[in-house]
Amino acid sequence: MRFLRRFFIRLSNFAAGRRADQRLQEEMAEHLALQTEENMCAGMSPAEARRQAALKLGAVQAIREHHHSEQGLPLAENFLLDIRYAFRMLHRSPGFALIVIATMALGVGATTAIYSVIDATLLHPLPYPNPSELVRLEADLPGVGAHEIGLSIPELRDLQDSGIFQYVSLSFYGTNNLTGSTQPASISSKSVSPSYFAVLGADAQLGRTWDPHDTTPGFLPEVVLSDGLWKRAFGADPNILGKSLRLDNDVYHVVGVMPASFRDQGQTSDERSTDLWAAAGFYGDPAPPPMRGTRFPFETIARIQPGLSPEAAQGRLDALVASLKKQYPGDYPPEGAWTIHLTPLAETLVGKVRQSLILLFGAVGLVLLISSVNVANLLLARASARGREMAVRQALGAARMRLIRQLLTESLLLFVLGGITGFAVLFSARKFLLEFVPESLPRLNDISISWGVLAFAIVVSVAAGTIFGLAPAWLTSRLNLTATLRQEGRGSNGSRRRSRLRHALVIGELALSLVLMVAAGLLLRSFWDLFKVQLGFNPTRVVAIETSLPNPNDPNTDTYRTATQEAVLLREVLRRNRTIPGVEETAVSDRAAIPLGHSQNDLRAAPLFREGQEVKSSQPPLIDTLIVSPEYFHLLGMTLLRGRLFVDQDVEDTPLIAVINQAAARMYWPGKDGKGEDPVGKRVRLLGRLGRARPDWTTIVGVIADARTESLADAGIPQIYLDIYQRPAKFLAFYVRGQVDPATIPAQVRTQIQSVDAELPIFRAETLDDVLSSSLSVRRFSMEMVALFAATALLLAGLGIYGTISFLVNEQSREIAIRLALGAQRRNILKMVLRQGLALAAAGAGVGLAGALIVSHLMAGLLYGVSPYDLSTFAGVTGVLTAVAIAASYVPALRAMRLDPITTLHAE
Amino acid sequence: MKEKPDVLQGTLALMVLKTLDVLGPQHGYGIARRIEQISGDVLAVNQGTLYPLLLKLENEGSIASEWGASENNRRARFYRLTTTGRKQLQTETRDWKQTAAIIARFFEVKAEDLP
Repeated sequence: MRFLRRFFIRLSNFAAGRRADQRLQEEMAEHLALQTEENMCAGMSPAEARRQAALKLGAVQAIREHHHSEQGLPLAENFLLDIRYAFRMLHRSPGFALIVIATMALGVGATTAIYSVIDATLLHPLPYPNPSELVRLEADLPGVGAHEIGLSIPELRDLQDSGIFQYVSLSFYGTNNLTGSTQPASISSKSVSPSYFAVLGADAQLGRTWDPHDTTPGFLPEVVLSDGLWKRAFGADPNILGKSLRLDNDVYHVVGVMPASFRDQGQTSDERSTDLWAAAGFYGDPAPPPMRGTRFPFETIARIQPGLSPEAAQGRLDALVASLKKQYPGDYPPEGAWTIHLTPLAETLVGKVRQSLILLFGAVGLVLLISSVNVANLLLARASARGREMAVRQALGAARMRLIRQLLTESLLLFVLGGITGFAVLFSARKFLLEFVPESLPRLNDISISWGVLAFAIVVSVAAGTIFGLAPAWLTSRLNLTATLRQEGRGSNGSRRRSRLRHALVIGELALSLVLMVAAGLLLRSFWDLFKVQLGFNPTRVVAIETSLPNPNDPNTDTYRTATQEAVLLREVLRRNRTIPGVEETAVSDRAAIPLGHSQNDLRAAPLFREGQEVKSSQPPLIDTLIVSPEYFHLLGMTLLRGRLFVDQDVEDTPLIAVINQAAARMYWPGKDGKGEDPVGKRVRLLGRLGRARPDWTTIVGVIADARTESLADAGIPQIYLDIYQRPAKFLAFYVRGQVDPATIPAQVRTQIQSVDAELPIFRAETLDDVLSSSLSVRRFSMEMVALFAATALLLAGLGIYGTISFLVNEQSREIAIRLALGAQRRNILKMVLRQGLALAAAGAGVGLAGALIVSHLMAGLLYGVSPYDLSTFAGVTGVLTAVAIAASYVPALRAMRLDPITTLHAE
Repeated sequence: MKEKPDVLQGTLALMVLKTLDVLGPQHGYGIARRIEQISGDVLAVNQGTLYPLLLKLENEGSIASEWGASENNRRARFYRLTTTGRKQLQTETRDWKQTAAIIARFFEVKAEDLP
């Protein structure tokens, strides 16, 4: 308390520049007068009395200094003086200051940029209250190798009643056709349990959301809009509540509008910008009755009870699962080993990019380290130039700590100015820079250059300035006074320790840049391998245009209820699309079949029953199910290996048929001897969505070669293709191949589609080449970034080695001149200097290779088709580093070689 | 000649507070003089060091000061104890006495006293 009071008074005195010198003067004068009087009373002469009084008082100047420092904050005052002095020093050597500030701006700016991405994605992935309570639930049957099988309504109720969770909610993301406005629009929508917003802890800005305890069967007639849709489609109508709208021909009315700041959770940016939420009980029409075995492969999110850790919640969940298994042994056969697993929601959202981002942060951290080392090196170089100044100051009585403090202030000022410059550049270029961030990054829209990021930049600069300013300050202030003064600061005896440190710094720089270059090289090789991979299909000159058919809750209002009804539309649209000039081929498929397309949440995986194969439990394996038109295979250039493809004669009334890929044939018809049996002619049964069984047998008629339509990195994912004229699909993609302009073709296709059905929306037209390249976007982003950082690091390391060798040449110029005067060959001088550069490079490469081995081992998960210990990458990178080191030493070596012995020796 | 012992670090503040407690408001010279007198001239206060200390105590809120007239009618700064200062004096006196008592017991102890 007392201490604080004293501190604040001193602080306010300091800030206001108040001084009480006058008061002290008066007090001391009075003191002296009183003492003198008393002394005179004791019988001294006036002069003696004054002298004794002054003696007793003590040294006036010291008292004043004490008094003054008690009044203000001497540390802060000195600091201000140091800063002022540091600014003057900067002003005196603007070139040096500019280089240091630019180097640090680069390091801190790049680090801060990556930090702002990490801040938005990894550190704050969920913009909801108490995000740590949010979890994602996943039910698995590990016994039969089935994952994410979903939950049934009775299971959901058991979870809700278990007391582990505050709320549990199912959600299913998709698109709906919103009609009634000028142009039919496809909007992204989510069908959710009424407790969805309660789970997220979000509320409407206008109106309300649903009662989280509502258990009405079927869909509630009430929807909630996003702020964006409200403004876009309804002109921010303040009287929107209670108004009705048509979605896929069903009528709903609006009960609430979410705030503009609300963003949904989800894996894709489309999902995070959901426009409309509809609540459903997920049983009763249109869904089947609530049976324990009827599971929905939907996303389940939940909010656990406050104060319960995810681990503890998992423990209680395991107990619940065990007791349910005991209670309903028929529904949970023991061989399935049913489990429910919970994962913090934040992890599931950023899981995929976490590794890439951490790699980037590591890379940029190395760049920061290298720039700091470079600056430390520069500071050391300047230290030798300032040796005389330091010596004079010490001779005049400056304490060593005081000198260190001042030097540290100088370097801190440089680092912080660099950091602020970096931040300013980043801030003014943020729009431009964000263009480079791939769209598939979660929470891209939330990346912002905020106060937190500024604080980060400053903290990083101060930390770097302290760490890398301390050693140079220490070494600069440590000198042999007489020797330095006598030699006028050019002596090298005091600088031996300094040059050893400089060598260590350069070696460190070279090592760090080698690590970065190896990482960049490996990523580049992986990316190149992926880029050059045999796709198994031909994406060139193909444009995919998506549309979706209405999917009303009441099947009787569905105009495209059967495959035959839908076939009329599809065949007519395909016929019209072929008439568009330039179009050579057309096809249609469901959305899941877009190669490398938006695969998430398409529910493409369906359970597969094989005829004659024992299914161990009620849960069959899941297989990717793609619904395509007969022309699809030819349009994409996929090759048939056995049997036949679909033909126009296959329609709803003819026997159901399917085509599988080679991976599916290998996995599900391995044959008794493992050599594989011919799957053509085999029959399977596929369960449809929403768990409604389709009892019809489907015959496999053909096998096609594997194509990387699912994932570039994985060739062998089992797939089964169904005929769209036998199995209607609601979410469609029309393809055209030919000499068409990707910019105008969507409008042309829209005209054709809407001339058949005016209520169908067109959205997301992309060339397959674009789809392909955006599927590589995160990889490309991290590769480009790491490559950029590596190039920067190499440049800085080159500058570092150049500086050090130049310095060495300067220091040794006398020695070199003597050697030359004594008849040394100029070539040998060149070799001598180059050898010094090479020695540094060799040491740096040695340390760097060891570090690179560790780093490449850690990043093995990010690589494709290249070993983390790829010899050619390591060798190539070492070669590049050596070449740069030689090039950087060559210029000072030439200077050394051309030294004129006479002028040099005279100058000394 | 034996040098007079310096005032122990930290005890000077206690002496200042006690002096002001006993004698009421005083100016700097008065305080210095009293401390010298009470210590029987054994203790030499380097009188100047008093002023930074007075400022410190004032900043801490233990004492307050204002201008007033000295005995010979000149302007002088008078210091007086505040309520906070009085409380501080009480606790510090207690602490000091406790410490002194403990030290005293150590000096008086003899080998045969210990079991």
